[in-house]
Amino acid sequence: MDKERIDRIIDKHNCEPSYLIQVLLDIQAENSWLPGEVLERVAERLQVPMTRIQHIATFYKAFSLVPKGRHQIHVCMGTACHVRGASRVLDTVQGLTGIEPGETDLDLKFSLETVNCLGCCALGPVVEIDGKTHGKMAPALTADVLINYD
Amino acid sequence: MSEILLKIDGQEVTAKQGITLLDAARSAGISIPTLCHHEKLEPYGACRLCIVEIETRGGTRIVVSCVYPAEKNLIVRTRSEKIDRIRKMILELQMAHAPDSFILQDLAKEYGADRNRFEKEASFCIHCGLCVRYCAEVKKKNAVGFIDRGIRKEISFIPEIASKECWKCKECFPLCPTEALQAAYVLVEALAFPQAST
Repeated sequence: MDKERIDRIIDKHNCEPSYLIQVLLDIQAENSWLPGEVLERVAERLQVPMTRIQHIATFYKAFSLVPKGRHQIHVCMGTACHVRGASRVLDTVQGLTGIEPGETDLDLKFSLETVNCLGCCALGPVVEIDGKTHGKMAPALTADVLINYD
Repeated sequence: MSEILLKIDGQEVTAKQGITLLDAARSAGISIPTLCHHEKLEPYGACRLCIVEIETRGGTRIVVSCVYPAEKNLIVRTRSEKIDRIRKMILELQMAHAPDSFILQDLAKEYGADRNRFEKEASFCIHCGLCVRYCAEVKKKNAVGFIDRGIRKEISFIPEIASKECWKCKECFPLCPTEALQAAYVLVEALAFPQAST
């Protein structure tokens, strides 16, 4: 991520230190993760100590300090999805992508996370990819869904 | 600043408006145990060991004396069965993290806390924030901060700042209520493996 894009986001928030979280969220949305150089630039421009930025960036789950893939897979492990076989769906997703929850594959294609409820339990088991909800998933169907992403 | 009168452990205490119960008690020679308090730093209220019982509207309430402002005609008790019980529990929980801390062991003796009550998870940090706050508020270097949250929360040095500032300062080491070497360990780790610590 280049300096101009970071500066544009910071300027949008008038360089206010109190907008730190919002600035980080905007960078996270554009870049999908927060590299060290970006955090240093934010610290320098907003005049916020690095310890504070690190504290916030590690506190909230919305921020990632490691690269994320182009597609975010969220497998719901909530109660309703769990009883309908979410763990088997997760197993197949892990097998197909070759990554565990919390990891990203080497060519930055997929990032896998488990979540605890997506709020549409009637559709369970639910897998959400890039914000699109795939309901009534089954181990046999996951390959057909994942093949649409590259 | 106006003076206010309150009663701590049956003793009449005059205090300046706006100071905390802890400062009021200490100025009257009444001791309250603390772990996260430091006179040079802003009140933080992390360790909860300084809880006291206050009487309000006919009932009693437990408040944290290091952050609770002294009020007019307040009746405060710094020791009671209930307070001792809570302090004992706090100490036992903290000793799961720092079983060999001398300060905790002394307090445990006083309050009858059992250091083996909870399964030990010796992280040597009780999250008092003394090192973090001292670095930020007194030294204004911000070389050490907290990272992560909940059970994974820990202190972490910023390697770039630490390599320049920390060796000639080291003032945060003796502040630690659990083990002065804990900050030293995390500091050396940050300098030796700068990539891993961020």
